[in-house]
Amino acid sequence: MSDEVQLDQEVYDRLISEGKSERIARAKAKAAAVRQAKIAEGQSLGPKPPEQAEKALEEFRSSAGGGGVATKAAAPAESGAAPGGRLTPEERAARVQASLGNGGEAPSRGVPTSSEHTHRLLALVPPAGIQQVQSKQMDKVYTWPHLLLVEFVSLLAMGALLLIASFFLDAPLGSLANPNEVPAINKAPWYFMGLQELLRYFHPMVAGVTLPGVFLVMLMAAPFIDKNPSAKPENRKVANLAFTFFASFWGLLVLIGSFLRGPGYEWVWPWVEGLGFTL
Amino acid sequence: MAKNDLKSRVQDNVIWKSIFRPGSIYRKGYRDTSRDRALAAMNNVLYHLHPVKVKRHGLKLTYTYCLGGLSFFLFVLLTVTGIFLMFFYTPAAGAGTEVAYLNMRELSASVTFGQLVRNLHRWGAHAMVFTVFLHMARVFYHGAYKPPREFNWVVGVILLTLTLLLSFTGYLLPWDQLALWAVTVGTNMMGFTPVFGEQVQFVLLGGVEIGPNTLLRWYVLHVLFIPFITVVFLAVHFWRIRKDGGISGPL
Repeated sequence: MSDEVQLDQEVYDRLISEGKSERIARAKAKAAAVRQAKIAEGQSLGPKPPEQAEKALEEFRSSAGGGGVATKAAAPAESGAAPGGRLTPEERAARVQASLGNGGEAPSRGVPTSSEHTHRLLALVPPAGIQQVQSKQMDKVYTWPHLLLVEFVSLLAMGALLLIASFFLDAPLGSLANPNEVPAINKAPWYFMGLQELLRYFHPMVAGVTLPGVFLVMLMAAPFIDKNPSAKPENRKVANLAFTFFASFWGLLVLIGSFLRGPGYEWVWPWVEGLGFTL
Repeated sequence: MAKNDLKSRVQDNVIWKSIFRPGSIYRKGYRDTSRDRALAAMNNVLYHLHPVKVKRHGLKLTYTYCLGGLSFFLFVLLTVTGIFLMFFYTPAAGAGTEVAYLNMRELSASVTFGQLVRNLHRWGAHAMVFTVFLHMARVFYHGAYKPPREFNWVVGVILLTLTLLLSFTGYLLPWDQLALWAVTVGTNMMGFTPVFGEQVQFVLLGGVEIGPNTLLRWYVLHVLFIPFITVVFLAVHFWRIRKDGGISGPL
């Protein structure tokens, strides 16, 4: 805080007493101090006085008088412009051109050349610099309330269903695990029953590793195998048929394994020998 | 008058305004205008999942049956009930230390809501496997895996696998005969992995056969490791839905 940031104490005190905030008072007092310093040095403050501005304008007009553009706008009274010694847009354009060194007709970019145009070009962006948005206008609705309401209701329905099921059906709990006692009915969880059923027909490496592995990889590769661009069911009968076939085949294996296999994993009819299935 | 006074006292303070973003419907109240409808979606954490506007045809229940949303809901429900169950469970087994099985008995006998929460967890797990599978079928029949959604389909298949693994690892934890032998069937198959089958089985079982080490290992996999991986893939899955242009269709 040396002598370069002086405060006009008088102004500061007056503003503070008027209830202005300290920040405002300090800024205004500083400005007043700077102003006083300039006056003391003999500098003039603010915009040029009208007569000086007029004079500068006349000088400019007379010097540019020979130019093509400037002559067209030589009569500023036509456009009703130039109050207080300001340039009309036409004159400003001419001045820019003169300073750029080309006296031709082509106007400089971004500078309005007539008083009809009141806005100005700020920049030219190459097409490559603009992100191309190709999305079509679609029939859309607000997420709230439309979508969130549907989601909330289905969430409540699922919650209620589970709560009711859990109230009436207890999760199974068998006797303590005993590695030395193989139970008569020995099954995997239901979603792996397809694999266990396959195990009945194939070597474990095929049924337990190769087939599920191939199945999983095929599933992941589906979008890269199915090159058909259409999503309409009538255009993709093969894909739908293939998926339905595999899904039903899998479902069939699960059902057979779950319900039609009994002690020793032998074929049974559940209505004859009872249900050998626990969830 | 008193009501308005209370309302302004609750809402016009630094804490309330720091919690609810400008434009939040909890900040100044909600009026049913387009602006507030947009802000209701935009100014809360749900904006991570849903854009301000969605395609109208996707609202129809018979288009999605809400299966993806329900799968996620079940995942959250299983996390919550699972945390509850963790308070009453110790993954210890073996001669003289059959704590896990004992805990299961105590849970249903003497823990308030213990049996109910366990039931919710069990049926919820089965339901989640089911909804995830149905979600996949729905996506297939709508051809929703086609460009630009190919990668999200792959993420979805990974999530299906993770769901199965989550369910399967949880299956062992009650440490009853059902659990032990169901898991035996599954892990015996893994032993037939070509080249390093024995090693795979050894790592998964923490030994040459299912024992106390397996229980501890699968417990950690079930409550921490696989859920963590699943959350990461879920985040990618949800993010890609929005980046790939929202729901597929209309057909």
